[in-house]
Amino acid sequence: MVPLNAYLILAAIIFAIGLIGFMTRRSIIMMLLCIELMLNAVNITLISLSHYMQDFMGQVIALLIIANAGAGMATGLALLINAYRLKKTVKIDLFRNLRG
Amino acid sequence: MSIPILFFSYFALASIVLSLIVVTRKNYIHAVLWTLLLFIHISGIYLFLNAEFFAMIQMIVYAGAILVMLIFVIMLLNVRHEDHLSDLSSLSIPKVFFVFCVFGILALALQASYLNTIGKFSIDVVNTFSDAKLLGQVFYSEANLPLIIMGVVLFVPMIAAIVLAGKRSDE
Repeated sequence: MVPLNAYLILAAIIFAIGLIGFMTRRSIIMMLLCIELMLNAVNITLISLSHYMQDFMGQVIALLIIANAGAGMATGLALLINAYRLKKTVKIDLFRNLRG
Repeated sequence: MSIPILFFSYFALASIVLSLIVVTRKNYIHAVLWTLLLFIHISGIYLFLNAEFFAMIQMIVYAGAILVMLIFVIMLLNVRHEDHLSDLSSLSIPKVFFVFCVFGILALALQASYLNTIGKFSIDVVNTFSDAKLLGQVFYSEANLPLIIMGVVLFVPMIAAIVLAGKRSDE
C-alpha cells in the first residue's frame, strides 16, 4: 500500500517544475504547456485524496479542472494565433507594449 | 519491496523526470511529444488510485484532444525552435526562491490537510460497481450543479475561439 503522502509530494514536485517552467520559459507555447503540467499536478492531488478519503467529490472537482484545462487551452491558442499574426513571433518578451 | 510500491516508484520517478525533460526542451514538437509520454504515465498513476475513468479521460482528453490541438497550432504557425534569447537563461535567485517557497507550502499544507474522515465509497464499493458508474451517479444526484457549470465553461471558450481566431484578415 503506497502512502498518501507519496502522491501528495509527487504532485507538489510536478507543480513546482511546472511553475519554474512557466516563469522561465519565454514562449507562449511552452507557457501553455507548463500550465497543463500544473493542472495535472492538481488533478493527482485531488484524485489521490478522493481515493484515500473514499469520497467522490474530489473526482468531480478533477473533472471540472479537466474541462477548465480544455477551455483555457482553446482560448489561449486562439490568443496565440492572434499574437502571432500581430508580431510574427511567439516570444512573450516582444509583447511588452501590451502593458497598460 | 512489494510490487505496488515498485510500480508506483517507477511511475512517480518517470513523471518527475519527464516533466523536467518537457520544461527544458527547445523544440516545441519534441516538448509536446514528451508531454504525451508524461500524460500516459500520469494516467498509470490514476490506475493505482482506482480511478480508471480518469485514466481513460486523461488519455482521451489530454493526450487525444488538447495535445493534438497544440501540435496543430504549432504546425499551423510553423514555429520550430525558440531563438537564443530564452531557454532557462532568465532563471534568477528570486524565482528559484519563490518556487521553493511554493513547493514547501504545498508539501506542508497537503500533509496537514488529510483528515481522517472516511466517506461511503470504499474500495469494495468501487470494485463492486465501477468507478465510472459511481461517478455518474454522483454527478446526476448531489453534484448536478458542477455538471451544468462544466457545460457553460465548455461553451464559452468555443465562442471565444471562434471570435478570436476566426477573424478574417481583410476586416
